[in-house]
Amino acid sequence: MSPDHSSPGAGHAAQDRAAGHATFLGMLPFPEAAERAVGDSQLRHNLRMATRTIRHKREEVVGELDDWSALRAAGKAVKDRTLRHLDTYLERLEAAVTAAGGRVHWAADAAEANEIVTGLVRATGETDVVKVKSMATQEIELNEALAQAGIIAYETDLAELIVQLSDDLPSHILVPAIHRNRAEIREIFRDRMAAWGVAAPEGLGDDPRALAEAARVHLRERFLRSRVAISGANFAVADTGTMVVLESEGNGRMCLTLPQTLISVVGIEKVVPTWSDLEVFLQLLPRSSTGERMNPYTSTWTGVAPGDGPQEFHLVLLDNGRSDVLADEVGRQALRCIRCSACLNICPVYERTGGHAYGSVYPGPIGAILTPQLRGTASAQEASLPYASSLCGACYEVCPVAIDIPEVLVHLREEVAASPGHRAEKAAMGAAGWVLGGERRLGAAQRAASAARSVVPRRMPGPASAWTDTRDIPEIPEESFRAWWRREGAAEPAPGADPAEPGRSGGDEEGGRR
Amino acid sequence: MRIALFITCVNDTLYPRTGRAVVRLLRRLGHEVVFPEAQTCCGQLHYNTGYRREAQKLAVRFVETFADADAVLAPSGSCAAMVRDNYPRLCAPGSRLDRAAAELAPRVHDLSELLVDVLGVTDVGAYFPHTVTYHPTCHGLRLLKLRDRPYRLLRNVRGIDLRELEGSAECCGFGGTFAMKNADVSAAMAADKARNVAATGAEVLCAVDNSCLMHIGGTLRRQRAGVATVHLAEILASTEQEPARL
Amino acid sequence: MSGSRERVLARVRAALADVPAGEAPEDVAVPRDYAPAHDQGETTALFAERLEDYKALVHRTPPEGLAATVARALARRGAGRVAAAEDAPEDWFAQAEAEVVRDGGLDVAGLDRMDGVVTGCAVAVAETGTIVLDGGRAQGRRALTLIPDYHLCVVRGDQIVAGVPQALPRLSPARPLTWISGPSATSDIELDRVEGVHGPRTLEVVIVE
Repeated sequence: MSPDHSSPGAGHAAQDRAAGHATFLGMLPFPEAAERAVGDSQLRHNLRMATRTIRHKREEVVGELDDWSALRAAGKAVKDRTLRHLDTYLERLEAAVTAAGGRVHWAADAAEANEIVTGLVRATGETDVVKVKSMATQEIELNEALAQAGIIAYETDLAELIVQLSDDLPSHILVPAIHRNRAEIREIFRDRMAAWGVAAPEGLGDDPRALAEAARVHLRERFLRSRVAISGANFAVADTGTMVVLESEGNGRMCLTLPQTLISVVGIEKVVPTWSDLEVFLQLLPRSSTGERMNPYTSTWTGVAPGDGPQEFHLVLLDNGRSDVLADEVGRQALRCIRCSACLNICPVYERTGGHAYGSVYPGPIGAILTPQLRGTASAQEASLPYASSLCGACYEVCPVAIDIPEVLVHLREEVAASPGHRAEKAAMGAAGWVLGGERRLGAAQRAASAARSVVPRRMPGPASAWTDTRDIPEIPEESFRAWWRREGAAEPAPGADPAEPGRSGGDEEGGRR
Repeated sequence: MRIALFITCVNDTLYPRTGRAVVRLLRRLGHEVVFPEAQTCCGQLHYNTGYRREAQKLAVRFVETFADADAVLAPSGSCAAMVRDNYPRLCAPGSRLDRAAAELAPRVHDLSELLVDVLGVTDVGAYFPHTVTYHPTCHGLRLLKLRDRPYRLLRNVRGIDLRELEGSAECCGFGGTFAMKNADVSAAMAADKARNVAATGAEVLCAVDNSCLMHIGGTLRRQRAGVATVHLAEILASTEQEPARL
Repeated sequence: MSGSRERVLARVRAALADVPAGEAPEDVAVPRDYAPAHDQGETTALFAERLEDYKALVHRTPPEGLAATVARALARRGAGRVAAAEDAPEDWFAQAEAEVVRDGGLDVAGLDRMDGVVTGCAVAVAETGTIVLDGGRAQGRRALTLIPDYHLCVVRGDQIVAGVPQALPRLSPARPLTWISGPSATSDIELDRVEGVHGPRTLEVVIVE
């Protein structure tokens, strides 16, 4: 059946569902989005429970390996090697995949990738495709593009299914429905499953086992009859042309094994040089991600295997802003990311806002550095992301490929601060810089503050209210430390010590830099 | 030993009592304290907010002011970390400032490092008869990696009742301008931290950084929680003859 | 897309302008001082323990007890008809009451009607409790171990290696591989692990020592 003759019903259904698709476009800047999230007690509860559970699991299994820091260093270095010679490795990968019977396509941006995939699906004559959870396809909004072409993409990962059924947006890299608890998931299954296929069983409870069973039943027939699958890949081995997908539920195996045609959309940064490099990542990723020694299922395939699995394999290599990230020598390290989501799980900001506040399929600390780099910082939403962190450093500590997220955040703040606007902040920073630029100016400012100490209100108007709405401000002391030192501090000699003031202490001249 | 005190702009302006406690403590231990008056600020606020040029100027000032010091004490974990961790990023590799900063960095210490590693003392003869809980602060924990140094010092304080703080490794939500730019999230983090502090039953919250204490303390005071916030230096400076006032 | 290949590669090359022209990939040092294996215990015992952590059922038997162990496992499961690869050893099933259906190209519906599947494996990893199938002897194609709800896997002691770094050199990336660590599972609901979703919900492993 050619796509033009596809049944109008199927196309309609797809369009109808696509109409309900939520999108990250036009999201609020982080502080405003976060304000709403912070006030949502149910969300706070769900996130607290989930992130705490996974943090402890990760800590335990990482603690089992006494060479974790060496593995982390190796993972970082392998990725750095790949990124510094990405063109070489991409060409190597292309050659190996082609030699193994696969076809390689290149997509400079989301529109191209969507067009390629749509064309490939159309060529099969199918109007339904099953999907393995993939960040790259979410990033390019492939499902929406397919729906426009009358093709329905069925998400098969349990969390993706929850998100799709409820016309919601993913809020976590690993567990896109982390913001939902079991009771909410039960409601979604009960109300929405029937519209997408097999209905939820009568009397469905909220036990996770029962919910997983409902998902199994809902998708079973679809797996067995689908002829086209779309996936991403966790790794693509350049030397051998091997794709690697890690998963838990078996939905990945279903999609990668049963259909005739498999299309994998893979970011160009997913390449690793050699087969043996996987010995590093297959240790780093599961432990960092789900907190398991190994995830239940990992599938690897190289091109096409006669008599086993899809007989047609397409690899779509996706740039979509990645080469821009690569061009930034500080920001480049974000491309080392293996999407484990350990940084989300440990992040105190993420724990309180959830993923939607970040306005991107990449939430949390990694999203705060990846999204502004992929999309630029011209709009208020992207420009707000580098500030969505207290720079506590917990993300860097847990990152299995040692992405120094705080370093990149500060780097991106520089970019934002250097752009037009932010006049009040620039003025304040300039004034602070001027006062701190000389000890006399600082001393004078301190004396002025001390003189006004009795009239400082507990709640301040204007921008300062951001602090005083919830926190008292400290009392301003009668005198600064340096005033005390001059008055009497310097005069108390240590027993037996030379009381003379040493060093450059006499040089109290403004701007006296030599 | 002659120790150059880098008081830090926050302590200088808002927490002179911490500076005075440092001076008293080090003199009690037989050391000389000098205060190079040309000092102002390490540049952390500017650096973290994305104002590199301003931060660079302050870094130059810091490095020139303390270049000759045998040991520099910064009674603020995040300022010590700024000098050690971030100055290299502020300087052009191989530049004069880069070399001078790299040369100076190993001599810049937080209070617990100075006492335990440089001066080799864990019992400073302090007396502080209060229930205390300790917040490790992010930069102390993850950048300076102070580990058990502050606890070793605190455990040797006479009269102290040290309580373990649940979720101690988690950020209090200060983060400099983060507290203003993302006030809601910051306040939510502070509220959780304050709850954990209150749950210990401690009457005193201690840390190596007054900026974090200002944040948690501001939250606790707004709640009228009755928990005092005290820098480690003040506890260690406290003696039976001259006990610290809360 | 025509032209996109060159465009992407050109962008990548432009982005890497800071990389010295003479630098080869190998010039970027990769420290390999992580452990080739972790000393976490005797491999067979460790493998069994780690599998049990995943809620897999584990048996250890000498070679002469294999047929009886397989027979007992299938009987306990109530499996009347099980699939097996065409080259799975006959003697595995010598005492089994279940009907053994050799996979000569069973269709999906046929596989779905099976009560289970019995296979061997290519390699097993003790530290992570993983069995790896490569479609080689006694394993069959991938669909065979995917569709039936029950998977019984026979692992020879000499197939068990300590850790992941020992497993990779024994495997050919040219073959489609499936790494299995316990029954199918999900943590998607409140990050609480639940066993049993789309893949086989019961994994039983017989270790032949």
